[in-house]
Amino acid sequence: MDADLIVQILFAAIKTGTPLLFIALGEVICEKSGVLNLGQEGMMLMGAVVGFLAAYGSGNMGFGIIAAMVMGSIMSLIFAVLVLHIGANQVATGLALTIFGTGLSAFIGADFVGQTIQGFQPIAIPLLSDIPYVGQILFSHDILVYFSFFMTALLVYVVNKTRIGLTLKAVGENPHAANAIGIKVLRVRYLAVMFGGAMAGTAGAYMSLVYTPMWVEGMTAGRGWIALALVVFASWRVGRIMLGAYLFGLASIMHLVLQGLGWSISPNLLAMLPYVATVVVMVIIGADHFKEKLLAPRSLGKPFDPRNMA
Amino acid sequence: MIRIQARTEPSSLMKVASPLLAIVLTLIFGAILFSAIGKSPVQALHVLLIAPLADSYNIGEMFVKMGPLLLCAVGLSLCYRANMWNIGAEGQLLAGALGGSAMALYFIDSESVFALPITLLAGIISGMAWAAVPTFLKLRYNSNLILTTIMFNYIALYLLIWSVHGPLRDPDGYGFPESALFSDITLLPTLFEGSRIHLGILFAIISGIIGWFILSKTHLGFQIRVFGADEPAARYAGFSSKKLSWFVMLFAGALAGLAGVSETTGPIGQLTPNISPGYGYSAIIVAYLGRLHPIGAIIAAMFMAVLYMGGDLAQIEMGIPVAVISMFQGVLLFFLLACDFFINNRLTFTNQATN
Repeated sequence: MDADLIVQILFAAIKTGTPLLFIALGEVICEKSGVLNLGQEGMMLMGAVVGFLAAYGSGNMGFGIIAAMVMGSIMSLIFAVLVLHIGANQVATGLALTIFGTGLSAFIGADFVGQTIQGFQPIAIPLLSDIPYVGQILFSHDILVYFSFFMTALLVYVVNKTRIGLTLKAVGENPHAANAIGIKVLRVRYLAVMFGGAMAGTAGAYMSLVYTPMWVEGMTAGRGWIALALVVFASWRVGRIMLGAYLFGLASIMHLVLQGLGWSISPNLLAMLPYVATVVVMVIIGADHFKEKLLAPRSLGKPFDPRNMA
Repeated sequence: MIRIQARTEPSSLMKVASPLLAIVLTLIFGAILFSAIGKSPVQALHVLLIAPLADSYNIGEMFVKMGPLLLCAVGLSLCYRANMWNIGAEGQLLAGALGGSAMALYFIDSESVFALPITLLAGIISGMAWAAVPTFLKLRYNSNLILTTIMFNYIALYLLIWSVHGPLRDPDGYGFPESALFSDITLLPTLFEGSRIHLGILFAIISGIIGWFILSKTHLGFQIRVFGADEPAARYAGFSSKKLSWFVMLFAGALAGLAGVSETTGPIGQLTPNISPGYGYSAIIVAYLGRLHPIGAIIAAMFMAVLYMGGDLAQIEMGIPVAVISMFQGVLLFFLLACDFFINNRLTFTNQATN
């Protein structure tokens, strides 16, 4: 393999990892507040179809992204009401959200399957993109990839250095204590869940507006689930999610790498790689039981009912 | 004013009424949706719910769809009762179809009376194996069962696609990604002349009864119930969580595998890439709708099969995309979870605002 091919592979790994990065950034904030939302796949598909339709109808890509974000938030709001107010089981509600979103997105998008759209064009950042190799890998992308860089940096800062981050972690670690010092636990959780929805929507829009760019039923192909594994893989640390997303991106494009090495393997077998990689990762992290217990938000998946506090 | 008040005892009436209420609310949602897209809601609901039961051919097709849904749902009911979040029925079904089909193709020139039982057994064992790996990974390495079972669904799907493109492809099939048609010796017999209803539906109903028997009449079932209701109590009583986990997962895998092999050796008669329209995922809804009870699952699976049939008919007769079915399934589960709130809570009406 020559240097050019390696550059191309790393560039593609970032592109492929970006939707995973968006969902996982949203989900980690959601999980840090103590809520496990398994509806990522459904929110992402709704973001993909609504983003596509909005951009297709208006001719404005930015509008498509915003519509996808709003749609993702609306979807997550259904989940939030059921889980936070009605106290429904988080696992079951998340599954319902995924099934609902899969169906609704296919229903809405049925007439638009196969239509194509002029996707976002790459923008080379002046100066930075001239750095040999690194510039080509990191700074010759479309605007959404830069947005994902920005969001990662922003969330690392907010979670680790600000009062908002502290509040979020307090709610996720010990909602009762947080409630006792006057934090509105449910309000924080609503906002965290809806932020997760908006990010999942963005990830969906990235799929239908940039990555493919078109709408196909079920086009997210399990990325919402892989992102959930990614959050565990990153031990709920925002910075590590970025690294993990690109590693998974690399696993998804292994066929390019193997072709580069001159191997020939059935594409259907290679298509299994990201899923097999996810299982392997789950085994590696899970094996360190103590560490996972230590790092996971302590109230993750447990309902909090303020009425019981009185 | 209206206040929400916690019940002192869970309402047993609401436990039964909640799924029915959820179905009614879903139908109202459906009627509103159909009006919104300019279809007659009355006609749409008629096509979805009445037409599937209107003639004997449709009823037969309904039972064909009910079989795999019920087989998967019975296994999942036991899993969820034991707090094993197995989302992998779809993959276990596909694995069963794949393993069973490989065996059926091996018997393609055989006349042996054992060909069909061995084919079915191969499907069952494949489904069990597909459930065993995530179970082992969970119990040995503490890996997240929800995520591993879902990943195994995708892996099974690609394995199936690969095999019909490769080793199991019909050499005389003009390159289509399908296996050869199975020999009659490995096809499940149909129950009635002129209908596609086959032995699979009997397997399903028997599995429901076996599931009920295990859960209600055996010590094992008692342990599962205690484990689901109060895990610390079950551990204190010395019940082995490992043994129970293995049992429910292998049981679910076996039934899902049987569902898969029954599809390929039943109505389909060969292995194709799209043997399941998401039965394994819909079975999750069936299990919940049936209150995680094997007998409840029988009724819920019948309803879900009607909905599947109705979806096909609505597409043919009214041009409504078939995806509407999975949307209804999601809405149904939302409403069910919301209605379940009233098992432990109730609304009270008071004349004056309390302070």
